[in-house]
Parts: sequence; C-alpha cells; structure tokens
Amino acid sequence: MNSAVNENQTSGREVMEYDVIVVGAGPAGLACAIRLKQLKQDLAVAVIEKSAEVGSHILSGAVIEPEPLDELLPGWKEQPPPICVAVKSDQFFYLKKDRKVRLPTPPQQKNHGNYIVSLGAMCNWLAGHAENAGVDIFPGFAADGIRYQDDGSVGGVIIGDMGVDRGGNPKDTYMQGIEIHAPMTILAEGCRGHLSKQLIAQYELDKDSDPQTYGIGIKELWKVEPGKSIPGRVQHTLGWPLDPSIYGGSFIYHLENDLVAIGFVCGLDYADPEFSPFEAFQQLKHHPMVKPMLEGGEIISSGARAIVEGGYQSLPRVEMPGALLIGDAAGLLNVPKIKGTHQAMRSGMLAAEHIVQSGSSEGFDRKLRDSAVMAELHKVRNIRPGFQRGLWKGLFTAAIETLTMGKLKRTLANHSDHDQLSRSSEYKTPERQWVDRELPPRDRLASVYFATTEHDEDQPVHLQIIDPDICTTRCSIEFNNPCTRFCPADVYEMVNDIDGPRLQINAANCVHCKTCDIKDPYQIINWVTPEGGSGPNYQNL
Amino acid sequence: MKILVGIKRVIDYNVRIRVKSDGSGVETDGVKMSINPFDEIALEEALRIREAGKADEVIVISAGGDECQQQIRTGLAMGADRGIQIKTEQDLQPLSIARALLYVIEKEDIGLVILGKQAIDNDNSQTGQMLAALWDRPQATFASKLELGDGTARVTREVDAGLETIDVELPAVITVDLRLNEPRFVKLPDIMKAKRKPLDVINLSDLSIGSEHDLVTVGTVPPFARARGVMVEDATQLVAELRQRGLV
Amino acid sequence: MTNILIIAEHNGSELNPSTGKCATCATAIGGTIDILVLGNNVSGIADQAAQIQGISKVHLTEAAHLEAPLAVNWAAEILTIADGYSHILGPSTTLGRDLMPRLAALLGVNQVSDIMAVNNSHGFKRPIYAGNAIIDVTSPDGAIVVATVRTASWPDTAQGGSASIEARNATATPATHTKFIGLESGGGDRPDLQTAKIVISGGRALGSAENFDLIYALADKIGAGVGASRAAVDAGYVANDMQVGQTGKIISPDLYMAFGISGAIQHITGIKDAGTIVAINKDADAPIFELADIGLTGDLFSIIPEMIDLLD
Repeated sequence: MNSAVNENQTSGREVMEYDVIVVGAGPAGLACAIRLKQLKQDLAVAVIEKSAEVGSHILSGAVIEPEPLDELLPGWKEQPPPICVAVKSDQFFYLKKDRKVRLPTPPQQKNHGNYIVSLGAMCNWLAGHAENAGVDIFPGFAADGIRYQDDGSVGGVIIGDMGVDRGGNPKDTYMQGIEIHAPMTILAEGCRGHLSKQLIAQYELDKDSDPQTYGIGIKELWKVEPGKSIPGRVQHTLGWPLDPSIYGGSFIYHLENDLVAIGFVCGLDYADPEFSPFEAFQQLKHHPMVKPMLEGGEIISSGARAIVEGGYQSLPRVEMPGALLIGDAAGLLNVPKIKGTHQAMRSGMLAAEHIVQSGSSEGFDRKLRDSAVMAELHKVRNIRPGFQRGLWKGLFTAAIETLTMGKLKRTLANHSDHDQLSRSSEYKTPERQWVDRELPPRDRLASVYFATTEHDEDQPVHLQIIDPDICTTRCSIEFNNPCTRFCPADVYEMVNDIDGPRLQINAANCVHCKTCDIKDPYQIINWVTPEGGSGPNYQNL
Repeated sequence: MKILVGIKRVIDYNVRIRVKSDGSGVETDGVKMSINPFDEIALEEALRIREAGKADEVIVISAGGDECQQQIRTGLAMGADRGIQIKTEQDLQPLSIARALLYVIEKEDIGLVILGKQAIDNDNSQTGQMLAALWDRPQATFASKLELGDGTARVTREVDAGLETIDVELPAVITVDLRLNEPRFVKLPDIMKAKRKPLDVINLSDLSIGSEHDLVTVGTVPPFARARGVMVEDATQLVAELRQRGLV
Repeated sequence: MTNILIIAEHNGSELNPSTGKCATCATAIGGTIDILVLGNNVSGIADQAAQIQGISKVHLTEAAHLEAPLAVNWAAEILTIADGYSHILGPSTTLGRDLMPRLAALLGVNQVSDIMAVNNSHGFKRPIYAGNAIIDVTSPDGAIVVATVRTASWPDTAQGGSASIEARNATATPATHTKFIGLESGGGDRPDLQTAKIVISGGRALGSAENFDLIYALADKIGAGVGASRAAVDAGYVANDMQVGQTGKIISPDLYMAFGISGAIQHITGIKDAGTIVAINKDADAPIFELADIGLTGDLFSIIPEMIDLLD
C-alpha cells in the first residue's frame, strides 16, 4: 500500500513514498486527507504537521459554519468535537472608551445554525477521523523544503533535520530529515505558510493578483467566575480601543463550563509605527463591557496567529506542477464573516475530488474559482478594502456592498501591508484614551507563558534577518523598530549593550503567528520552520 | 539478555498544571499526554545497550487503559522490539505496579530492568526500589552513568553528596536520572515500522494483585500561596534579616 | 499507640540536619520517637542523635557491611527492628528516597513520599506535579506507615534532648550482589546549581560577563551555587547550563537570591519552590517583588560589595 522506504541517491536522505502528501494538519489539510480516503481507499495519504500534537498550533475564534462538516462526516453531531457549543445569540457593538452602543447585527455576522468551537480541539478530533480512515498523520515533523523533480515540478517535501545546534552543527541527537516523495503535494500550512511563500515566488503564482493582505488575531481562553458567561452568546465589537484608521475589532464567544474565548483582530495595514496590537487587545479587556466578566477569572491559554484577509482579489494561482494550495495557504477566509474554516474544508474536499478525478494539479485553479468558495469571496470582495479609507467610509462601503450583494461591477484593490507603515517623523499617534491595566497577563512575556511555547534554545534561530544592519541603522530612525511592538510574543528586543544597540531575537518565545514576516517594512524577516515539535502548545484555542 | 523498560503515560511536561476547582484532581481533559521524560531516558539507555551487542531484546511495558498503547507505540518507534500493556482502568500505585512487573519479569526471564527515577505526575520515586525488593535483587537508583560488564553493572548514581559508584550483579533494577543520556528523536519511517511490532495485552484482573494497601487521595489543591514579603532598606538590613532567619 | 522510628542520615562523622527535620515531622504526628543509626564506627552519630529534643531512644547498629548506605543492607536491617513501630520515617534526600521504598515493599505497604504537612497520624499533605498541586493522602488504618519527609518543609528540631542509646547487633544477612565502590564529592569549589542549598543568580542588569564576578564573589563567600536568568545567558554573560527557569533548571534551594532579575514568569517557574526568595532590583515595579520574601530596591553594583563586606 504505502511508504516503501529507500534512499535518495543524491541527497543520501531516507525516502518515504506516498500518493499524496499534505503539509499541515489544519481544517483544510485534514478535510482533504479524509476526502481522499473516502473517494479512493487505497490511496497512500500522509499528513505532516510541525506541532507536537495536532491542534497545538491552531488558534481561531471560532464560530464555524457546519455545512462542509455535515458533508464530510454526516452524523458528526452524534460524537462532536470536545468544545462545540451551538450559537444562541449574536450581538454587535460599537465601543467608545466608557460605553457601548448596540448596533444591528450585520447579515454576515448572523450565526444561527453555527457552532462555537475550539478549532484546535476540532482539528485534533478530525485527525482521529483521518486516522480511522487510514491516513498516516505525523505530528512533530516540520516540512523544511520542497523536493523538486528533475523536470522542475514539485515532487514532495523534505523534512527538517533535528538535533542541530545554534551554530548549525549536528548535536549528539542529530537526525537527518527524510524526504517524502509524492506525485501530489498539498500545501495546507494556513496563513503565510513558509513553503507556500517559497512556491508562490518560485512559480510566480501571484503575478496576476493583488498583493495578499493580512490581519493579526490575538486570543485568550478564560475561565470566568460562575454565572458570568452565557453559553452560546457571540459578541463582536468595533471602535475603541482602535482609532478609525485601524481596521479591527474584538470577538467574545461564550462556551460552556464558564469558559470564554476572547480575542482581538486588527488589519496589518495600519500606519502607526508605534502601534502595538497586543496592547490594543489588553485595552479591550479593560472596557467596562468586558472587564467585569473577566475579573476574578483565570487565563487558561493564549496565543496569536496572522489571518489572511485579501480574499478574491489577492488569491494567487492555486495550482502548480505537482502541488496545490488549499485553505488559508491560498487565502480563502471570508473577512466580513471572519470565518475561514468552512472555506478551508471545502477547498480541501474540492482538491481531493479533483485529484482523484484527474490525477494531476492541472485544472484545480479553475475548479476553485468556479466553486462556491470563490463565489463567497467574490460577494464580499469590496468590504475589507473599503476600510483602507478608515472606519466610517469602510462601514459605508460595507453597507452598500451588502445591500447590493457584491454585484456592483467594481473591484477595489488591495494594498500590501508592509508598505503602509508611516515613518515615525511623519506620523502622529492619535490620542487613544488607553487606560492603566490590571488584568493579567501583565505583559507579552507573561502572555507567552500561557501559550506554553517551547523551543530547544540550542537550535538555529528560525527568524532569519536578511540584513540585520538595517535594524540598528535605518529602521531605528525611520520606524523606531516596530517589530519590537507588533510581535505579540516579545521575540524582538532592541538591547543597549556596552558596544551599542543591537537586535536581540528571543526565538524561543515565538508562537509561529507569522506577523513579523508580513509586517516588517523592509521585508527582511524570513520566518522558517524551527525543529519539528517546537512552538506553542495551545490548549483548546 | 532481555531488558524490560517501564514507560508511563503522563501529562506532557510542557502543560501548565491546573487543579480542578472542586478539588477532585488535576485537569486532564483534552490535555496533551506523553511518555514520562525519565522513561524516555531509560528506554534510550536500553537501546544503546542492545546496539552495543549486550542485549538481544528491549521490551517496553506500560500499565493503563488502551490510551497508553500510544506511548508503547512511541517506544516501539524509538526502537524497542516488543510492547506489553498491563490493561487496567485503575490508577495503579507503585506497590501494585511493582507486583505486576515482577509477574512479567518472571514470565519473560528478564535480565535487566530500567525505569525512570520518578514519574512527573505523582513524583513518588518508588516503583524501581519496590520491584527490586520484591524480586530480591539489587537496585541502583538515580543513575547518571551505566557500564555493563559480564553479568554485572557498574552504576554511577547522583546523590546529594556527589557521585556514588556501586557494582551490582544482574539481574537488577536500575532507575535513571536526567543526565544519563539524551533520548534520540523518532524517525518517521520507524513510526510506520512500529505499527507492525508486537504489542501484547495482559489483563491486570488476571493477575492476583490487590489494592488493599493503597493510599487514598482525599483532596487536591493548588500550591500554597507565599505569605507577603518584607522590604528592607539597604544591604545591612538585608544581611541582618538573612542572619536572623538562619539562612547565612 | 503511635511509635515512630526515624532512620538517621549521616556521612560517618556528622549527623545530617535532615534527621532533625524528620524529628520535627514526627513530633507533628505525635507519639514516641526513636532514631535508628546504622553504619560502622558511628557511636558519635548516635550521641548527636540522642541530643535531638523529644527523642526517646536511639538504636545503634554497627557493622562493616552497613558502613555504605546501601539500600539493600539497610532495609534488611531495619526490617528486623520494624515490629512494634506504627511509623517509619526517612528524609526525602537521595539516601531516604533510595532506601525507604525498598523497606516499604518488604513491609508490604505503599509509601507516602515527601510529607509537607501532617493532618493526623495517618493523613498527610504531599506535592505532586513538581509542587504544582498538593494532595491530601491517607494511609490505610492498621498498616504501618512508611514515609519520607520533605526536608524543605520542616525546620530542624532543637537540641537539648537526652535519649538513651541502645546498641544492637546486626542480624540481617549482608547482600553479596551489591558493592559500594566509591563516592566522589560534588566536584569543584562551588556547589552544583541543581542541588545547592543556597543559590545566587544574576540577570541582564549585570551588563557583562566580567561583572558576573560580583555574583561569583558573593556566592563563594557563603558557599552558594550560581545561576542566571535566560536574558543573561542570551546576552552571553554566562554559560547556558547556569540558566534557571522554565527552560533551564528548576531548583528548590533553601535560599534563592536574585540580583537584577525582573522576575518574568518563566524565571519564577524555576524558583517558586525555593524556601526563601530574596530579590534585589533597581526597579521597584519589577514583578519579582510580588513573589519575594525579602525585597530590596537598589543598585546591585553597590549592594553586592556591601554584602560581601558584611558577611565577613
């Protein structure tokens, strides 16, 4: 059936062979793998996943639309994933510093029939289904590079070496990464996947689309005092603590057992070089609508992840010889709904169907663009870019686009996030009316503690700075080193040593959110995967 | 010679431990589980002994419900030859585990038992010593170095006073400490191979091992909070305070 | 009737304070308290044991094969005297942890490890999950209680006792399958960070590898081990095997002094079990002051030399 093991004569690495290799055990990758086995049981399918356990690197709100799940696993409701609460009510607020204004819930935010889940727990549950279907799932192994066939097509992946010290030398535990050869590679790495980034450049997949744009999502799971949460309640806010020039808002999803998922999303196209998304999130928690609910509670888990926002205009070509992009590695999240899971699963299932039908990647791009996935993105394509001109114009555009159901002829363009940062000398931070904070976590380092992120410190630093001199020369002056503020995990620090200022990279804090790779104004930060199994250990996020 | 390595399924050492608010125990729902880190070190040592030609077979054994088969398979993926599950839903205490291990030792004619020095959940550090007592064989605990001779082992142990070396005649029980070795990574192809290695199941109920001497846990609470500290004004006060408390 | 037997720990010439701590725990349990001294030429140890307050009797058993504290020989010997005792306690040191479980199995009972507090004669508090949870356990009625005492949780008992000393012959057969070869004292002049009773750590505020000499000087003055925060290790001031904290070493010395360490939670995780935590930092808002038992706001560069002088 599968996985004959032999050796690559050129590289000397051991080789395992599969019919399909899926990179990433998220909703897209797992839905694809399960679907493949459902359609063709004897296909050899493997999923590799860089986190130590499926779900540990997954972070999302999340309110999901269950239809793809109904299709993929009919009867799933008999044995649902742990943490799965039917939505009972939707609330939408505009916040000012000390008050809230209830607004009518926009149609895209109406969640009747949807479920609040922990996407991480759901993926772990999906992995169980995948294994029962005969998929080989390998958590703890990071795909480090693409294996190219002689004709230049993608022929699988190379697993990263393990047991390498900080200087790049083998330690006693050194284990060379194997190669997984497969005629079909599915990139399901999620937003700003590092291999996807390489392939998009390699095959110029984005040459005909708008630049991709992103947001950052920061989330905490709280156990609040009994009686303070209302299971099934879904709340979203706009406004404070953000000023109208920054796109974003918060979500508060009430689960069972006094658990509340609270989070903050903001577009990474903000202009203020001094802005800290983490601080904005902590401010939000101190709003009078939120603070009383959290007081007396405790943080169970916390983390952050970039979110892909470009949608229709920014979707790259998703097929290349020997490989496909699915889910948020392609960029399928519906921003006004802030939902991407159903899209990811649909794209995975579509990819599976295409592969079984045609045996090649050719034609998948057309199929995806003709599908319901793309139709959904098309309908809302102008909403996010409408906010480039601020909150009020954005809401106005959103209203028009919603009323006209996206049928207007225009398509507003997306801009690249890293170009939007204003220079420190040219930007005056608006009065934010932010308050003194009392609720935990005290700072980013304390927040990282709740992400339980772990990296063997004696390994190569996985945040590659292509030109570190820029940090202490140009960037200090032009932007005042914004990486020290936009990273939610305090990875980047400007330290004043006896010899002068230098950039200190606390790689061990990294929660794999990818924000730095996206937002750094010089695009000199390249996130690569650390040793397999490293990174956050999210619990039910 | 056959080596028996005990492995325990425990909450992963990365997980932040939370006590349930009703005091009934620690939160284990949906929490990541792994092989006890000391047991991995024990297994690594056993594999090195076999690779050096001094043993023929390494058997990993774990007691618990079917979930512990996950950890047994990981042990097999690391390189163990065979796995044994002592199947039980009971939370076994060290004396009972020692008795169950003794049964397997006698059945399998084991020449060396290597265990972790303690499990990171209960922190008891008892099973190895108890097994050695019941088996009437030597024990060498907290091993940081192990050299096998002909039917003997020279063990260096980490003790409070430094490093103690003892010689024991095999068969014997050795429990391992952190510095003995660094366990190998599991190779992907070996995970596949492990699925085909034998895993035998023994029902605990088939062995007559009672639990009448079990300790009973009547409550679990979070750690005691420290009392408020005091601030001192300068180095003189600090040293005085330290002296007063008998700390220097 | 509660009759407690404590197994004495010693190095041949000095009684280990862990024995006195066992006595304190035994007093909390109540009943008569005896001590058993095993070894060779250790009548001096028995004399020291007899001076611990509250002890009724000290049993002394000397024999060549008992000189090295081999669990197999000591446990077998204790077995011959166990009858009549309701509790047998040992310290939770490497000696006690090696010995007592073997004894418990020979007596056919489970063991209570690391007693932190006594609820009653059969009920105890002990730590699990590296002290992240505390459990109340009860030992079954009618069976002997075998336990180790967590030394960090109990003070030493006062002197002033005058117990009777009773010599008895060793009667258990010496084992031939286990031989003591040698003991190498903790190498180097400085105690090992992981096991030192006192640890001093420095943070990034030290500013350079050279400045760490201040920390070493103070440590050598009081016989302490030396550690550092991750920030100091990352800055290259010290080697990474000195890192104390969540991703470094987790330690529980009796005394921990942190100089110029802010007290990020990752560092606190490594030291929260220390007996007494002392923090010295320029920043009065540093989180470490929330945890410290003794705090001093000030400049470590003048405080450390002052301390070195005062500790002369």
